[in-house]
Amino acid sequence: MSLADVVIIDSGGANLASLRFALERLGARSVVSAEPAVVAAAARVLLPGVGAAADAMARLAAAGLIGTVRALSQPLLGICLGMQLLYEHTEEGATTGLGLIPGTVRRIPAAAGRPVPHMGWNTCHALRPDSLLAGIKDGEYFYFVHSYAAPVSASTSATTDYGGPLAAVVERGNFHGVQFHPERSGTAGARVLRNFLEF
Amino acid sequence: MRDGQVVKGVRFRDHRVVGDILALARRYRDAGADELVFYDITASPENRSVDCAWVSRVAEVLDIPFCVAGGVSTVAQAEAVLGAGAEKISVNSPALERPQLIDELARRFGAQCVVVGIDSQAADGGYHVHQYTGDAGRARDTRRATLEWVREVQQRGAGEIVLNCMAADGVRAGYDVDQLGAVRACCDVPLVASGGAGTAEHFATVFAAAGVDAALAASVFHSGELEIRSLKSFLRAQGIEVRP
Repeated sequence: MSLADVVIIDSGGANLASLRFALERLGARSVVSAEPAVVAAAARVLLPGVGAAADAMARLAAAGLIGTVRALSQPLLGICLGMQLLYEHTEEGATTGLGLIPGTVRRIPAAAGRPVPHMGWNTCHALRPDSLLAGIKDGEYFYFVHSYAAPVSASTSATTDYGGPLAAVVERGNFHGVQFHPERSGTAGARVLRNFLEF
Repeated sequence: MRDGQVVKGVRFRDHRVVGDILALARRYRDAGADELVFYDITASPENRSVDCAWVSRVAEVLDIPFCVAGGVSTVAQAEAVLGAGAEKISVNSPALERPQLIDELARRFGAQCVVVGIDSQAADGGYHVHQYTGDAGRARDTRRATLEWVREVQQRGAGEIVLNCMAADGVRAGYDVDQLGAVRACCDVPLVASGGAGTAEHFATVFAAAGVDAALAASVFHSGELEIRSLKSFLRAQGIEVRP
């Protein structure tokens, strides 16, 4: 159905260009689609997400994609909000997520000298091996932009610290997620995407 | 940016061509820059928005965040720039014309995309915001107090503030630590220092003395006087956390 190496789910965010360009630089063919049949037939699926959780879930529902995504057996990588949508629930707009990873995504508490959104380069620390992080040294910097975060749980393979540990890389079966933006994270980010393309 | 090339002036005047956009973007990315900012300096004075064609070309080659500034005065223009691959948009003169623009952009794209650039210099014992600084003929003092504007843009949803200290711009004599410190005291969102970097010590000083979150520089890097990697090693040795 699709000759692309990866199908990017069109969740309505304004900025898919940087992700598409990042895949191009890796020599991967990508298509952007909200068609359930295209997504179901993909070799790999990327679930990006910029914007609000409730809007993104509403768009997935309107496109008839919720059941499709939940039934995927091929590798899926959620990026930023896309990772948060994998969880059961998010405080952002009190939204029900895809329920693929147990837990609730919560607002990051702001504090003096620690503004929210958490925005900028921050380090990642592995809790356990994850093939998404193959070849990446512990303490590597990635680029983050988020106001909500997933708790550290059994599905967390790496954390970042922002007033306490937050889930940065998650994995449950074929469902993977990164809270940072690999397409904005220089050489290390490109390696994460390449690792995903090699699954 | 002007006419498709990178230019740099001194105190916002006498701009000269520094080089090709893509070549410079690649060079700074490879040298370890954490983020790049592109100012289309004649966009607002010429009453036009930024040209999205070069934004897209930059996005094709850059895998670090970049911010685009230049005449964005509507949500639709911002959407085009972000859609072309920019991470953030920075508004300056159009936000002074119509402050409501900041609210609209933050509501539509989230505060993390919305940077407010402020061109400011000392006046009447305080600081004043200036407008249309990309065009020496149109540049003007708005008579607006900088600290009040800093508070207002945060209330309206600015996710980051870049403070361009005009008197220090391009002269490489150090950041305006007093002014940046005054702004820091009323700025809860990330604050980026701009204008005046000349040596590695200037960067260390602005982080330590003004408490800024990031330091922006152009002239010292364009001239090759400072190399980003050695600057970062220097800062790390001073105990300032930087990405290698």
